[in-house]
Parts: sequence; C-alpha cells; structure tokens
Amino acid sequence: MIKPISEKILQGDQRSIAKLITLVENDCEDATEIMKDIHSHTGKAHVIGITGVMGCGKSTLIYELTKQFRANGKKVGIIAIDPTSQFSGGALLGDRIRMMELAMDDGVFIRSMGTRGMLGGLASAVYDVVEIMDASGKDIILVETVGVGQAEVDIIKIADSTLVVIVPGLGDSIQTLKAGIMEIADIYVVNKADREGVEQTVAEVQSLVDIECANKERKTPIVQTIAKESHNIRELVETINEHKKYLEETKKLEKQRKIRYEAELVEIIRKKLMNFIFNEEKFKETIEKLLHQISIKKIDPHTASEIVLEQFIKK
Amino acid sequence: MKRKIRVLIAKPGLDGHDRGAKIVARALRDAGMEVIYTGLHQTPAMIVEAAIQEDVDVVGLSLLSGAHMTLFVDVAVMLKEKGLDDVLLLGGGIIPKEDIPKLKKKGIAGVFGPGTPVEEIVDFVKKNVLQ
Repeated sequence: MIKPISEKILQGDQRSIAKLITLVENDCEDATEIMKDIHSHTGKAHVIGITGVMGCGKSTLIYELTKQFRANGKKVGIIAIDPTSQFSGGALLGDRIRMMELAMDDGVFIRSMGTRGMLGGLASAVYDVVEIMDASGKDIILVETVGVGQAEVDIIKIADSTLVVIVPGLGDSIQTLKAGIMEIADIYVVNKADREGVEQTVAEVQSLVDIECANKERKTPIVQTIAKESHNIRELVETINEHKKYLEETKKLEKQRKIRYEAELVEIIRKKLMNFIFNEEKFKETIEKLLHQISIKKIDPHTASEIVLEQFIKK
Repeated sequence: MKRKIRVLIAKPGLDGHDRGAKIVARALRDAGMEVIYTGLHQTPAMIVEAAIQEDVDVVGLSLLSGAHMTLFVDVAVMLKEKGLDDVLLLGGGIIPKEDIPKLKKKGIAGVFGPGTPVEEIVDFVKKNVLQ
C-alpha cells in the first residue's frame, strides 16, 4: 500500500515535495519509506547538469532555459547548489535571485541546497531530490552545481546531459581546466558571447573538441549564448534535446542511469556506515581511544581503521 | 535527526536598499543556518511561493520605503492562507515605533530596526524556531 504522502508527491503537490526534500536533507528515517514508495515512478525526467566557474552565468542560463522549456510545455524542476561553510555549517543560497520570476509558475519547482560537507560540487541529498522531482512529474530537472574549479566533476554521475559553461576572457586557463571540467561536457556553452575575445575562446574549445573527439562518433557541440539577452537559448534547448535523442538511440541512457544508481547506492551505504560507526555509543568509545593512541604515536591511522572495521564485522 | 534552520530573506516592495538584508543574511549563515536570499522587488505572493518551495522555518522581510503595514501584513496573511502557520515571520528596516505593536498583532513575530545587534536576531531565531 502506498502512503498518502507518497501519493501527494506523485500528484506534484508543492508543499509535500518541499517537506520531503527537507526530510532527505536532514537524513530523516521517515523519508526512507517514502523514497522506497516513489522509486518505481521515476526515470521519465531528463536530468541536465549545468556546471562552470563562478560567475559564468549558470543561474541566468537556467532561468532562460526554464522559460524555453516551459514554452515547449515541459514541467521543470531546478536544484541550485551552493557551498556550505566548513566552519559554521551555514550557507548563503543566492541562485534563486536570478530565478524569482519563475516563482509564480506552478509548472516550476525551485529548490536551493547547501553542499553540507559533500565535495565534488554536489550536495549529498541531491540524488534523492532528483528522484523526488522526477516522481512528482517534472519532465526536465536542471541541476546547478556550485561554481567549480577543476575537480568538481561529480555532476556527470547524476546528469543525463552535462553542460559546461565557459565565458570569454579566461584566456589560457581553458588549458588548465582541461583535465577537470573540460572532460565532462556533453555540450559546451560559451556564454556572454558578446564579450571581447569570444572568437578565441570558441577556437580554443573547438581545438580541444577536435583532439578529444577525434575517434568518437559524436563531436561535443559548442553553443554560443548571451543568457542575459535570451540570445540563442532556443538553439541550446534543441542541442540538449538532440543529445537526449542520441543517448536513447545509442542505448547510452541506460548506461548513464546505471552510473547514477551506482553513485546513489554508494552514497547511501557510505552514509549508513558512517552514521553507524561514528554515532553508535560502543564505537564512539573505541574511536576516542584510538584517536588518543594515534596522537601519541602508539598506533597509526591505518591500523586504527583496521581495528574499527574488524569490530564492525564482528558485530 | 540533525536539523538545519532554513531562512528566507526577502525584499518586498520597491526600495532598492538591501545592505541590511545582506548583513542579516550573513549573520544567520555564520550562525550555521541555510539562508536563501531572494533579491529585490518581490511581491508577497512570490515570497510566499519561495517559502513553500524552500520549506523554510523563518521568513525575514526587509523594507525601507514605508509600505510595511501593507506588504508585511500581506505576507503574513498569505502565509496563513497557504497553511504555513508554523513559519516564524520577522521584519526589519525603517519601521516607526508605533507600528511595531500593530505588526506584532498581525503575526510579525519580531521587528528589528536599525542598530539592532545581529546577535539579537540570531538569538531570537534560535529561540523561536520550533526545534
């Protein structure tokens, strides 16, 4: 029997969606049962990741993309992630500022999330939030990562299509980005294309694509946009839709989804194990003792971890 | 369950001064809360919709134009209409003293004028959010 709250999620009730997201963010056990209910209703949404350096226009681009998807009759969920302070645990979530115009459209649901200790550009609960929005009937889910540098590439685990946004004027730094976020793009977006140096930026990305995709059936497209002026957004949406079609035709979508579920499974197990080991009273004592012994050099962290795991397996 | 306090800071109405709102937002963040800032020129309906989707515990309104008796109260009424009775509603900005009791009667739980130490606001939030 499906629970009444799960039923409301499936019907797309805004309040219930919002409440459930809070529960999964807070690692609340009540949420687990609902998540079990709704999983069989997921898989329909096209999950699109948007990543790029700080200030490249991710939020504005999402706003424009959403307007275009809405014009095409699609329901849209937006997950906007900003960093949580390592020190205070607090976060200032400001991506919504550029999207407030969408607030009154009941075909759009926007949620801001803090990373809450997760590295890689995502928030730990993001897998669950994607499932919730998917189950609630969103056709498109846009996931905005934190402003990234080189290593925040986890978005590819969750997105069917990953957009890497760059802006003119980064100069040689595209070269240094190469090893990180430049490897994960399904589509390159050169935003702020009215800026000086856009030709050079596009040429640099193009030469990168020529090398990377030399032996591939699909060459990563480059789309130039000026998000602030809604310029070329329709073309970008078409390119995104083409990528989805490509994934379906080549059966790569299934593979991509498997990657997502694997990442999600690993994350759930990791959380449960860590909670178990670091919150159980019995372990707490052991860990305190071990920490002391490590600090006085009586044992090393590797041996300590073996002791903890042994105790765990015995249990 | 480790719960994090979530706060929406919003600027209703037409004035464009958000320095105070940003300082309060920072202080709440530094106190370990997740703060969502909406930016300028929001209608009460937009603020309430954002409060629903973001599932916040607190809504803080900042207004310097003098329209607080209308706009603050509109937000309070709409929050209730939408069933968000448990949301703590706060106001700040240039609010004449004689208006404060009237606002409180309408459901604005705390009103903080210029010169309020931010610690006072942080403490008020921590004390009044149902844990």
